[in-house]
Amino acid sequence: MSAMNVSNLTKEYLVKLFAENKRFDGRKNFDLKDFQVEYGVSNKAEGSARVKLGKTEVVVGIKLQTGEPYPDSPNAGNLMVSGDLLPLASPRFESGPPKFDAIEMPRLIDRMLRESGFIDLKKLVIEEGKNVWTVIVDIYPINDDGALIDAASIASVAALRNAKFPGLHENGKVDFDKKTEERLPLAEEVIPLSFTFFKLRDSIILHPTREEEEACEAKVTFGVSYWKGQYMVNSCQKGMKVPFTRDELETISKMLPEKHEEIVKTLRTKLDENQKA
Amino acid sequence: MVKRHDGRAADEMRPMVAKVGIIPNADGSAMFSFGKTIAIAAVYGPRTLHPQHMQNPATGILRVNYDLLSFSVADRKKPGPSRRSKEISKVTEWALAPVLNLEEFPNTVVDVEIYILQADASTRVAGINAAAMALAHAGLPMKDLVTAVAVGKIDKELIVDVDKEEEDFREGEGATDFPLAKVSTKDEFTLLQLDGKIQPDLIPKALDMATKACEKIYELQKAALKESIGGNK
Repeated sequence: MSAMNVSNLTKEYLVKLFAENKRFDGRKNFDLKDFQVEYGVSNKAEGSARVKLGKTEVVVGIKLQTGEPYPDSPNAGNLMVSGDLLPLASPRFESGPPKFDAIEMPRLIDRMLRESGFIDLKKLVIEEGKNVWTVIVDIYPINDDGALIDAASIASVAALRNAKFPGLHENGKVDFDKKTEERLPLAEEVIPLSFTFFKLRDSIILHPTREEEEACEAKVTFGVSYWKGQYMVNSCQKGMKVPFTRDELETISKMLPEKHEEIVKTLRTKLDENQKA
Repeated sequence: MVKRHDGRAADEMRPMVAKVGIIPNADGSAMFSFGKTIAIAAVYGPRTLHPQHMQNPATGILRVNYDLLSFSVADRKKPGPSRRSKEISKVTEWALAPVLNLEEFPNTVVDVEIYILQADASTRVAGINAAAMALAHAGLPMKDLVTAVAVGKIDKELIVDVDKEEEDFREGEGATDFPLAKVSTKDEFTLLQLDGKIQPDLIPKALDMATKACEKIYELQKAALKESIGGNK
């Protein structure tokens, strides 16, 4: 599998297939890929998870640091999301300074997590105005076979739920040798997740394979969570040149709660397994 | 009904100004302001793209650069591109591209430079409104204009044209900022970004609110363009 653009022939065939609500792998347009979650990617990380969404694989590690709070939020800890599209994961990814996709990925996950209120940053204060925790979410795709942002969102939630605080030295610095059993202050029911809808001509699909994703002409990512008994959209970003119509966007927004529920159903059991471990 | 701090109705925008032809050197230029937010845009091109290996013999390329001037915000912005400005540049490029027909200008680039002089939220949408006018002013063949506005949600209420104070609202369901751009006379959205908390079923309502607001902004864009060619003063 080398880095080659999808041929016009394949693209036209996909147009026909999607119009009939069919896909090469037997799914319908809005059918999700199956996914698996594993923990313990690195014992040096405070929390970690590996998610396989179809053939797409992403690892996320959580690191915790202490330091001064930002002047405009002396009573809150910080969230930082970073990551890179390593050439390891796809023939399409190149080394060197981050290109747009590599800048966009952590920013989309950042907004999804932050706006959902999943992490209670106010509970990350060690000494008010002086010392707070910074939660760092590092995302690395290991194999990109499409729907990378969606896979990264599942892996980020799993890794955050997996994380435990390290100990502290008397001077307030982190003692990485001293592990605690204390978990991060996370809102149990929120579970933020991303859903990226891809458009090819008049058809819209979810969880594309790499080939499908490359054939598509527009995409829009929604970050969704469950907050105080209702579903909330926390983030959104449209990508690529082709516009979305109002009706397409209405169809998509109506579908978000059921798709969120579908992922959460499987994810909950994986998270519970982790909680017992 | 919502009470907005400056007394505006939910569907009321701040006073707007649109001006075309503000930078003599540029092939096209314009400014657009929503209240205290001021954006200026210049278009250079189509011109030969360098380095040559970046040229596309099938079409011209649109290249957008958006940034805040260092003194446009309270805490001085470090000059030079940031991850934020790179992201906004790219989504702005995607927002404008659908109305252009650059196939007629192979191997060229059209550069759109957008800068914010004064920021009071809604800067990217002000920039898009200015850039769309500047592209038309440059005489490029266009299928339509692009018009943009930020819909917001304060606690439970939808509003249009969010300012900084509204963006920072923290009570209840907090503030949602939902910048949108559309092909001016069509039901096609070319930019969608969002931050905050909004129920999925409010999204179509927000789109309709944006569409209504964009109709008014579009009239202003057209008037400014007409004035630039025929307003013999």
